[in-house]
Amino acid sequence: MTNPALTQFIQEENCDPGNLIPLLQHIQQTEGYISEQSVRQISHFLKISENHIYGVASFYSQFRFQKPGKHHLKVCLGTACHVQGGKQLAQEVQKQFHLCSGETTPDGAIDYEEVACLGCCAQAAVVEIDGAIYAKMTTDRLMKKLHELRNIQPVPAQADESCPPIPASP
Amino acid sequence: MNENSFPQFTAIQRRAREKWTALQNGSQPLIYLGAASCGRAAGALQTLQAIQETLQELNRSAHIVQVGCIGPCYLEPLMDVQLPGLPRISYAKVTPEKAKRILRAALLEGDLSPKLAVGHFGDRTFTEQSGMPRFFDLPMLKPQVRVVLRNCGFIDPQEIDHYLAHDGYVGFVQALQRGPAGVIEEVKQSGLRGRGGAGFPTYKKWEICRAAAGEKKFVICNADEGDPGAFMNRSLLEGDPHAVLEGMLIAGFAIGAQQGLVYVRAEYPLAVTRLRHAIQQMRQSGFLGEDILGSGFRFNIEVKEGAGAFVCGEETALIASLEGERGMPRPRPPFPAEKGYRGYPTLINNTETFGILPNILRNGGQWFSQLGSPGNAGTKTFSLVGKARHTGLIEVPLGMTLRQIVFDIGGGTIKPFKAVQTGGPLGGCLSATHLDTPLDYENMRASGSIMGSGGLIVLDESTCIVDLARYFLTFSESESCGKCTPCRVGTRILVETLEKIARGEGEMGDLDVLYKVADTMQRTALCGGGQTAPNPVLTTLKYFMNEYLTHIQGRYCPAAVCTALFEYRILAEKCTGCGRCVQVCSSGAVQGEKKEPHTIDVELCIKCRACVEACKFDAIVGVPIAARQPQEVTL
Repeated sequence: MTNPALTQFIQEENCDPGNLIPLLQHIQQTEGYISEQSVRQISHFLKISENHIYGVASFYSQFRFQKPGKHHLKVCLGTACHVQGGKQLAQEVQKQFHLCSGETTPDGAIDYEEVACLGCCAQAAVVEIDGAIYAKMTTDRLMKKLHELRNIQPVPAQADESCPPIPASP
Repeated sequence: MNENSFPQFTAIQRRAREKWTALQNGSQPLIYLGAASCGRAAGALQTLQAIQETLQELNRSAHIVQVGCIGPCYLEPLMDVQLPGLPRISYAKVTPEKAKRILRAALLEGDLSPKLAVGHFGDRTFTEQSGMPRFFDLPMLKPQVRVVLRNCGFIDPQEIDHYLAHDGYVGFVQALQRGPAGVIEEVKQSGLRGRGGAGFPTYKKWEICRAAAGEKKFVICNADEGDPGAFMNRSLLEGDPHAVLEGMLIAGFAIGAQQGLVYVRAEYPLAVTRLRHAIQQMRQSGFLGEDILGSGFRFNIEVKEGAGAFVCGEETALIASLEGERGMPRPRPPFPAEKGYRGYPTLINNTETFGILPNILRNGGQWFSQLGSPGNAGTKTFSLVGKARHTGLIEVPLGMTLRQIVFDIGGGTIKPFKAVQTGGPLGGCLSATHLDTPLDYENMRASGSIMGSGGLIVLDESTCIVDLARYFLTFSESESCGKCTPCRVGTRILVETLEKIARGEGEMGDLDVLYKVADTMQRTALCGGGQTAPNPVLTTLKYFMNEYLTHIQGRYCPAAVCTALFEYRILAEKCTGCGRCVQVCSSGAVQGEKKEPHTIDVELCIKCRACVEACKFDAIVGVPIAARQPQEVTL
């Protein structure tokens, strides 16, 4: 099934393969993520292979291929945040919510991303929740905030679900 | 200046100046609020709401001007109040309640709450009258010289008229009068070197691009500020977008381009919004389009959002990304100045380089060359962050020593100073012995680091050097585009070796591995990114070998960061038994009666640091693991 709004956008903007990235950005902005179906549709209109599109999209950390959650959490792992405890924030999220970067909680409440730098280094460590940046974050405050958002207790631990070591960027 | 040859500009400028004067000399109070991303992170939008509510409650009107970042981010949110006839007074860490209190006192009683103020923007006589220091006399600001940041924090970045009232676009009009060759000559005289980090003379790049044959030419502003820990470009674009855009106009005119592109990080949504708005205003005022100011010069600017890839800061990778491909560098030559975007000659300069240009055209190359030190002309912005007391955005003449920057401007560190990291993930870590080194392109390179785009991360004793090297290499590994083997595999080996050391499994032979791999990468990687990626490892090995040895032979991490190499202990003499740590411990490892010194069960402790963050008395420290005998350390 094709998305008529996307078709219209491609035609109106007169997209060519050189506009692939702005096009993917448009899709992520309107649909929240890059779905298989939208890739198929771009492939058809721009006459480039799906593989090529995935090759480009997966190169950039901005694009996600999973449906986003209701709330968006980004933990900054830039240098200033790293030395001010950003890694501890990330580890606590991984542990308490059983999330790795790029994933969404099973109830669809929160999606989670570890990012390289939000550019608010003087306020490190920072996190971004639903587009707003929170300064000088501690593990304690972050957990309170997230439980508030989700309004439930931490999910009980399940067997073997450790994340790969924290990369500096998703 | 002979502005009369462009009557349209003279008229626009006069109107803008009148508007600004009316705002400054009006009968209404002015309230300035630092509302850049950093201010917003600290709560500026809540403060804004409180300001609006208070005005409504008091039934008073005032002009609220949302300005960019003025620099000392550690004081944010910053709110300034300017009552009619009085200078502007700045207040720091203005929470909504504090804003209400200050505004009530100022608007109802004319009381400026001098005790809450950090400084004023008036002259020295006002200092004597009021007892408040001048804002620019504060220790963090006094040694600074503001050229590219001159408007940040003063004007509303959404108002082209504010920019025009502060000599905006005068540099461009000068350029139109001088002609392309004259502009390049002025830039040559200024001694300006590219602010992206490599320090290539700007005029040379321009000459090559101007001479290159092509039916079209492009100017690209590199605002893909990917260095973690750096935010100079973000601040400039959010606080004074027109300065950068005017710089692009000047460059476009000088090399004969018709189209400009700003490649900006998608992680900077506010900067993107400000740019788009500014471009729209330029078009309305006639600074973009077919026949700009009646000069016959044709130019347009478009914003392109990056999609999150560090390597796209490299110019050939940036071009690949703009063309809709994976952002992978390609070998040079041909250089983009000859064959770049879509095969046409393309000039790529850093955001800050463009931001400086209007100042050079307006004040002359000679003026700029006298700032800074010989061979390193002008000023440079840095983001001073990490463990410094005064963190924020600074601008200093090149050649200032690291000591002046870290201790005079940054106010030093709370715990003892350990190192300063320059140049981002591709830069190096310099120890206390480098504090008197002048900060310029050559000295940074000689010390094994790079100038880079301007991140300065101050580290104290709570930072582990091995962990920091591991952090940067992990970053480079995940951001390596994978095209060439030395970088793709080399970063991997470096990370694995550093992780091994951090886990406490390091051997002396691992140090040789680090040296060998780093050397291979430096000699054989395809782009500057891969060649400089080992810098963090090499500089830390050079200046902090002791710390590597303590990790490998002593099996101990003195900074209490590498979790396998220390355990927490509560110092009985410092612990007051307040119980704060017991409350935050999620694994039940901290025990103790109220008002009695507490203890930590090392078997239960997961080293999450929550107790260390909660402790107000620095009573919880990392010590060598008791069950493990350290090997003898040879230093």
